[in-house]
Amino acid sequence: MKQYVIVGNSIAATGCIEGIRKVDKDTTITVISGEKHPAYCRPLISYYLQGNTNLEKISYRRDTFYSDNGCEVIYGETVDRISPDEHKAYLSNGQEISYDRLLVATGSSAFVPHFEGIETVEQKFSFMTLDDTLGLEKALCETSRVLIVGAGLIGLKCAEGILEKVGKITVCDLANNVLSSILDNDTAPIVQAHLEENGVEFLMGDSVKSFHGNTATMQSGKQVEFDILVTAVGVRPNTSLVADMGGEVNRGIVVNTKMQTSISDIFAAGDCSEGYDLSIDKNRVLALLPNAYMGGYTAGVNMAGGDNEFDDAIPMNSIGFMGLHIMTAGNYVTEEDGGTVIVKKTSDTTKKFFVKENELKGYIIVGNILGGGIYTSLIREKTPLDTLDFDLITENASAFAFSSQKRRLMFGGVV
Amino acid sequence: MALLFYPEFEVIRNENRCIACRVCERQCANEVHSHDSESGLMLSDETKCVNCQRCVSLCPTRALKIVKSDCTFRENANWQNDTIKEVYKQANSGGVLLSSMGNPKPFPVYWDKILINASQVTNPSIDPLREPMETKVFIGKKPSQIERDKDGKLQFNLSPQLELSMPVMFSAMSYGSISYNAHKSLATAARELGILYNTGEGGLHEDFYIYGENTVVQVASGRFGVHEDYLKAGAAVEIKMGQGAKPGIGGHLPGTKIVGDVSRTRMIPEGSDAISPAPHHDIYSIEDLRQLVYSLKEATEYKKPIIVKVAAVHNIAAIASGIARSGADIIAIDGFRGGTGAAPTRIRDNVGIPVELALAAVDKRLRDEGIRNNVSLVVGGSIRSASDVVKAVALGADACYIATAALLALGCHLCRACQTGKCNWGIATQKPELVKRLNPEIGKEHLVNLMNAWRHEIKELMGGMGINSIEALRGNRLMLRGIGLTDKELEILGISHAGE
Amino acid sequence: MKRVFVNEEWCLGCHLCEYNCAFANSGMTDMVKALKGKKIYPKIHVNGDDKINFAVSCRHCEDPLCVKACIAGALNIKDGRVCIDKTRCVGCYSCIMVCPYGSLSVSENGTASKCELCLENACGEPACVKGCPNRAIVYEER
Repeated sequence: MKQYVIVGNSIAATGCIEGIRKVDKDTTITVISGEKHPAYCRPLISYYLQGNTNLEKISYRRDTFYSDNGCEVIYGETVDRISPDEHKAYLSNGQEISYDRLLVATGSSAFVPHFEGIETVEQKFSFMTLDDTLGLEKALCETSRVLIVGAGLIGLKCAEGILEKVGKITVCDLANNVLSSILDNDTAPIVQAHLEENGVEFLMGDSVKSFHGNTATMQSGKQVEFDILVTAVGVRPNTSLVADMGGEVNRGIVVNTKMQTSISDIFAAGDCSEGYDLSIDKNRVLALLPNAYMGGYTAGVNMAGGDNEFDDAIPMNSIGFMGLHIMTAGNYVTEEDGGTVIVKKTSDTTKKFFVKENELKGYIIVGNILGGGIYTSLIREKTPLDTLDFDLITENASAFAFSSQKRRLMFGGVV
Repeated sequence: MALLFYPEFEVIRNENRCIACRVCERQCANEVHSHDSESGLMLSDETKCVNCQRCVSLCPTRALKIVKSDCTFRENANWQNDTIKEVYKQANSGGVLLSSMGNPKPFPVYWDKILINASQVTNPSIDPLREPMETKVFIGKKPSQIERDKDGKLQFNLSPQLELSMPVMFSAMSYGSISYNAHKSLATAARELGILYNTGEGGLHEDFYIYGENTVVQVASGRFGVHEDYLKAGAAVEIKMGQGAKPGIGGHLPGTKIVGDVSRTRMIPEGSDAISPAPHHDIYSIEDLRQLVYSLKEATEYKKPIIVKVAAVHNIAAIASGIARSGADIIAIDGFRGGTGAAPTRIRDNVGIPVELALAAVDKRLRDEGIRNNVSLVVGGSIRSASDVVKAVALGADACYIATAALLALGCHLCRACQTGKCNWGIATQKPELVKRLNPEIGKEHLVNLMNAWRHEIKELMGGMGINSIEALRGNRLMLRGIGLTDKELEILGISHAGE
Repeated sequence: MKRVFVNEEWCLGCHLCEYNCAFANSGMTDMVKALKGKKIYPKIHVNGDDKINFAVSCRHCEDPLCVKACIAGALNIKDGRVCIDKTRCVGCYSCIMVCPYGSLSVSENGTASKCELCLENACGEPACVKGCPNRAIVYEER
């Protein structure tokens, strides 16, 4: 009997289950979940600390999702090895599972660089999983001084999550800008200033040189006293399963637009994979929830014998910190690359648009993000900008800038 | 002296109900309403209000009403409010007063002084829900006798006829005076109803040639929009000699309304005033009229009936007799309460006669002269309801022309400010943002609803009289009685008094 | 499935749909009580200028990107309708980021907000359509 196996149990796995079930309603799906929870919304862990969601609502799908979809989930086990010749996965508990098609959705792990004296720090956490979060929650108290190493999405979301629960937060990062992966020199200071107004302290362009108990010595020589350390320096795709089989792996597991790896009958999706990024016309790891779902879904459809491609992935982020919203997408082509950068500012919003060869390549909005999806679709659909009133649309994200014919299609048809 | 302008209406806004959604502000082309961002309140400038009720009808919380201002001059029976106001207006402007729609003065409405008969005991009434009832009419010249060939076979030399599913047509309103969407509503409704509408003197928009079988194309003194294809496009051609709202004068569509398609359809340059002369300069006699009638028949290969439309004036019976001998197939008589997009107020309010009297006089005269079958009679000039239609047919009409009632169905609220071109209901305007307020799909539905309702009522009234065909009602004045009328009026109407 | 379609040819830009929407979703029985003196958060928005207008609300796509992008599992499909569980939404606006129509908006308390066709409120059919004076918004199968 045919058998689908999914290694990993998060967003890509969920997308895969729903993709398989779009085509094949019957065949059993086995899910091997390293974490002992049903799939949950990983980005929600900071909202959980903030009190905006709870352990029940954090789950990504309803309670009966797995049984409704005919899935057998093996919790708390990992896959040690896959044998593509035997079409078998070997679990850490010794179990062997045969598969016809297998999805590797192993995600990524927090990357914790080695700091001198890190072993002397008693309370140290990553901020990736629900278990990290529950541990951190237990450790926090109203007077805690928290040092967060890393001013990226994870570090700042963590800061927001614990802001009301602790005494002091210091965030340090070697980069000069907060959110350096998604913001630039113009926009990062706006966000940093907003966070500072809300009581977060920053040490930018500086990182920890060494720890000694509750004291961090910075590279600048500055000393920071803290009670709790959170490292949020970065993540690494979990690629070893495929690498061990001899599959093609760069930073992530290389997949094509059908989400197939270089090994037949093995697919990969989510944070562990490196798929096609339309904004740069190359493969790249796009560790983002929407892409994980969409990649997983495509893999699922194809695993079940359907035909689906995920060829319009782009980096995109929508995230807010203490009332200030940020939306970004695509590739920030610079003027040196032959691009044009258009900036629009109003009292509460800064928008930057990156244009090249009559196409929108990327954008950054800080402030009022309503209608931002219209910009995202311009990137994904490679809409020629001379077919619309681009100046108008940069001011106001509305289909008003399109031709009436296009609007008729958009709002008068089934889509 | 201060500029004298006395608002006719007051905008009453119930502040307890107003949610400041600003729909009234957005919908008022006269800019009566405005929003004060400081106080968050809606304000109104009543000097601009024409009482078209657009704001009232769209206000989602029913917070608005427009009332007649009770601010009043020291009026008396002779010097009434309107009279005084008009003097002020003219003293200010030095111009001819302009008005729209029909004569509003309290002249007698004879339809309301005529009662309809019903069957009791001695003859049975008919239930239109159970028995067939014919409302179809054919209008055009009828043969006065049966013709046979030498073998005794019937000869069919019938003049062209218009077939109407009920004795009603939409009367002339030009594209220009009313909007594209209003025309489209009329055209599509006429098609669905199996009746006709009339282009008026504005030509026929190229989009509406497809409704040709349901179109009367008009030729008026300005000859705007007239060409061979136009004449051939219609089911009938109407020569407009006069209009009930303004007998004796021509039309004037200001250059501001001659834009885009209107200019093309009228075949005159954009922005030029469309001035139709008072007379047709080639018609100074019945003989001249006959020439035009036959020119048009020639142009349309004798396939289409020719209508001659005249205003109801003092010697209408003699005029109609002349027209009936001119070769025309149909005479349309327009009474003095007929509407208009713009007419000099003095003419609208003081010239012409009621269509009821004109119809009765013409029908009698043509019968007396033995030429009634030469023509069909169509009457208009404020036919307001199914009972008006029934009374008109009983007085001798073959069909009725309706326009004001049709406009009401399209949303007109009779504010009588058509001449401003800022019709808030999208009817008497050419401004695109106002024109689109009339969705012709809705317009058509309302016209069809109205006519279907009238058709039902006509059947009910006929059934009551024991008549099952509109043909049997025509000229059947025994079915009518007057009430509160003088002997002279009864004599002209050719009916007895109630109780006789 | 019946959907809401807009025809800008007939849209008057009167914004009545926004108020009818806000009222229908207010849970109250009187529009004055529901909306007077309040900022409204409708799920339909009129776009345009003084000449061209059109109302934008959820297209209820057959393959909705917003549902895929939701990080909280708050968006879901019920019998073809894209619906939102506001108790799950954390206000990240990923849905807004991916919606090509600009259909989603933000509610009073910061969660994303979207049209659910009024099937679960007192109106029972889209209030925007019911109240549109010129049939610029229709609710039908296409």
